[in-house]
Amino acid sequence: MEHHKLSLDQLQDSFSEIHPRYTPNEAIVEAERCLYCFDAPCIKACPTSIDIPTFIRQIANDNLTGAGTTILESNMMGHTCGRVCPVEELCVGACVLGREHRPIAIGRLQRYATDHIFENDIQPFDLVADTGKRVAIIGAGPAGLSTAGELAKRGIRATVFEKQELAGGLSTYGIVVLREPTNVALEEVGFVEKLGVTVRTGVEVGRDVLPEDLLREYDAVVLAAGTGRVPPLGVPGEELEGVVEALPMIAATKLADKDGTEALTRIRVGNEVIVVGAGNTAIDAATVAKRLGAERVTMLYRRGREEMSAYDHEVAFVRAEGVDIRLLTQPVEVLGEGGKVTGVRCVRMRLGDPDASGRRRPEPIPGSEFVLPADQVIKAIGQEKLVALYDAVGVEHASGYVRTDGELRTSNPKVFAAGDCVRATGQALTVTAAEDGKIAARAIARQLGVAEPVPARDDTRGRFLHATVNEFGRIHG
Amino acid sequence: MADLTTNFAGVVSPNPFWLASAPPTNSAYQINKAFEYGWGGAVWKTIGDPVLNVCNRYGQFEYGHRRLIAINNVELISDRPIEVNLKEIREVKKLWPDRAVVVSAMVSSNEAAWRKVVQQIEDAGADAIELNYGCPHGMSERGMGAAVGQVPEYCEMITGWVTAAASIPVIVKLTPNVTNIIPPAHAAVNAGADGISLINTINSITGVDLDSLEIFPNVGGKGSHGGYAGPAARPIALHMLSQVASDPKVAASGIPISGMGGIETWRDAAEFLVLGSTSMQVCTAVMHYGFRIIHELCDGLSNWLDEKGAGAISEFVGKSVPRIGHFGDFDLSFKTVAVIDEEKCIQCNLCYVACDEGAHQCIDLTKDGVRVDPETYSGAELLQPKVREEDCVGCDLCSLVCPVDDCITMEERPRERDSFTWNELVRTRPEVTTDWDAMVAFRREVGIEIH
Repeated sequence: MEHHKLSLDQLQDSFSEIHPRYTPNEAIVEAERCLYCFDAPCIKACPTSIDIPTFIRQIANDNLTGAGTTILESNMMGHTCGRVCPVEELCVGACVLGREHRPIAIGRLQRYATDHIFENDIQPFDLVADTGKRVAIIGAGPAGLSTAGELAKRGIRATVFEKQELAGGLSTYGIVVLREPTNVALEEVGFVEKLGVTVRTGVEVGRDVLPEDLLREYDAVVLAAGTGRVPPLGVPGEELEGVVEALPMIAATKLADKDGTEALTRIRVGNEVIVVGAGNTAIDAATVAKRLGAERVTMLYRRGREEMSAYDHEVAFVRAEGVDIRLLTQPVEVLGEGGKVTGVRCVRMRLGDPDASGRRRPEPIPGSEFVLPADQVIKAIGQEKLVALYDAVGVEHASGYVRTDGELRTSNPKVFAAGDCVRATGQALTVTAAEDGKIAARAIARQLGVAEPVPARDDTRGRFLHATVNEFGRIHG
Repeated sequence: MADLTTNFAGVVSPNPFWLASAPPTNSAYQINKAFEYGWGGAVWKTIGDPVLNVCNRYGQFEYGHRRLIAINNVELISDRPIEVNLKEIREVKKLWPDRAVVVSAMVSSNEAAWRKVVQQIEDAGADAIELNYGCPHGMSERGMGAAVGQVPEYCEMITGWVTAAASIPVIVKLTPNVTNIIPPAHAAVNAGADGISLINTINSITGVDLDSLEIFPNVGGKGSHGGYAGPAARPIALHMLSQVASDPKVAASGIPISGMGGIETWRDAAEFLVLGSTSMQVCTAVMHYGFRIIHELCDGLSNWLDEKGAGAISEFVGKSVPRIGHFGDFDLSFKTVAVIDEEKCIQCNLCYVACDEGAHQCIDLTKDGVRVDPETYSGAELLQPKVREEDCVGCDLCSLVCPVDDCITMEERPRERDSFTWNELVRTRPEVTTDWDAMVAFRREVGIEIH
């Protein structure tokens, strides 16, 4: 199953960022197309409410430091979000120029601005005097880092515990290099550390440090641990050699991007690869398999296109990569010979009545079984929830998600939660994790009696209007 | 295809487009090449007294990513020996008998020098002479160029020397660096000029390098005002052209005008045409894009003339001059209001902020037809701008900032009272024009309400 089909050069090409950075001229041309809308819909569409028209205008005005600061003020993870946000569903989808079919490429402009900040090692935030308050954060993914950074802006020092060897969470390990090179994620970690955050990697809460110690030693604890491993498919043959999980395979390509691309040649990929699942991770796994040199990659999903959580642009992308998506198809057995995968027995499905999730329940069509040949099966059917950890820090949870109020407080008054572990509904995105960090930090600061930070730009708009003029801010009668 | 043949004071060219006296007309090589591309004429880069040039000679005005929407220069008149220029002029004219070969000249302010250069230019076979009274830098400090153009008496005296000596048409090129362009234009008419050309370049500094704090153009760390030209200068040129073209004395003289100042496209040229230009001169656009633009200049202008049913370009010279009026004669009862086409509106709400903060507060943001305060609105639904027509003063700002074609239009509304003008008021109700109480009473009387 070791592939030898692609040369190192080919692999390097296949695992470099899809979009090159804009040249200065490209950035200005694109930035100047922005209408600078009043009360712009893109801001409302951004979960972190980045002042997009302002940062774009700053790019057009050759104020890249200002542009990057505008972004990072609203979103600590802006460097990643410019690359990985599903902008078509968010800011770009809301752009009024979309009606003329050419919305502003907000993601690429954002990346242009944050690249300037990170490449020139610019620190847009003043270091804030230590209040003496200490917060422990479990998990150094986007939610944990955003919370830590936002706390630092308030003079609250956070220590982030990360069980992996590297911080960054899915940005470091889970988002394909094509969309986010590994160093981008690590630069972001460094940026947060420079704000006064301590990141302790290779330290697992529950194994290397005890939850009760954290609860005792820190003023607050934030649960931002994301999710766990892929659950079993629950079909015979799952133990065969060649059945793998999606995330470790993607992680191997991410580490190769950091440690040396020759490692790409050592990643095992099949010729006939079946990916089980149809979410964002399944899309990424299929992409990785194809780009590592698999002849044929087929995604299996037991429901229909409308039920798929992958976005239209992701589906279009993976189809353009040559990946086949088989809808209404469920694996029922992994077939093997001599302990190795040789195929997957599938059954065709049809959609019945809606289930508890509101989606139509897939039902097998009797007698519709068939076999797809395969020498590798990649599991991407979601992740297990870290219920044991939730219990260890003493928080209520339901259906695998931590229960929180609107300010991300858990049932334990000392514990807050952020990121994918609270995202029972809606999309689990880097940008929503970043926003969680802001919400949680604000709530923690209030709980600890710490004042809100003064924004870098003192925004007096509105104050004048509401203080001095009539109902609609008009001075005429 | 409309006939673009142009007759300017007896100088005939196959189209109205002449290269202005500038770097693109520095040599026979360039002008031969331009004529091959189809240019109707060229005004040879000014010949005259010896000069030495500097580096860097140009500065640019860019707007965002748009390069060279104006250029400025501290380049002097031709730095090639006058004999070389005269020899090349002779060769070019021999090769291109159907094109207008005009020679720009500038020499010291004495009659003998001018007589000599006129004779040299005529001997070279040029079709006409253009007197450079406009160059705002380098030469003006030596008592030439703008130093002449800014003093109508000098302008008339020197033009008189030239017209007395010349047997070919004499064109006087006016400088815009004056508070009133009419006295120098009259000086040209008085001295018997056969044509007027305008505008020369405008005094300017194009910018400052914010790292070195040096100004542009930068000559070894020092800068100075230079001559500004190009599309961004066009509105100023159109204004000055309109002033000269609508001046009764210039009109009575019947002498033609060669217009220039930022002409880049046929549309620009057509605007100069209808404001009174018989021929159009081009420089910056050629310095930016090369001689090849002549094809589109001719093609576009010809197509437009065809659409207008004109058989010849001459029919449209000065066609808009009767439209030039004085503020005092404007109809104060003419009424327009802004109308937003909500089908086309993309709700960028630039009209709202422009009206609310930059104009007269007559646009509301609404949701389901109800006015909403955007400062406190937190909903996701986009707000729809709506004009309160009864409050709209018809200023036109909203339609100017609207990025969507034909989304906001200024619609004419019936006059609410008989037409009247400020000048009529001055004549018939002078107290209204000088006393606020009388004005308030007058407004009440005729039903003018200003919110």
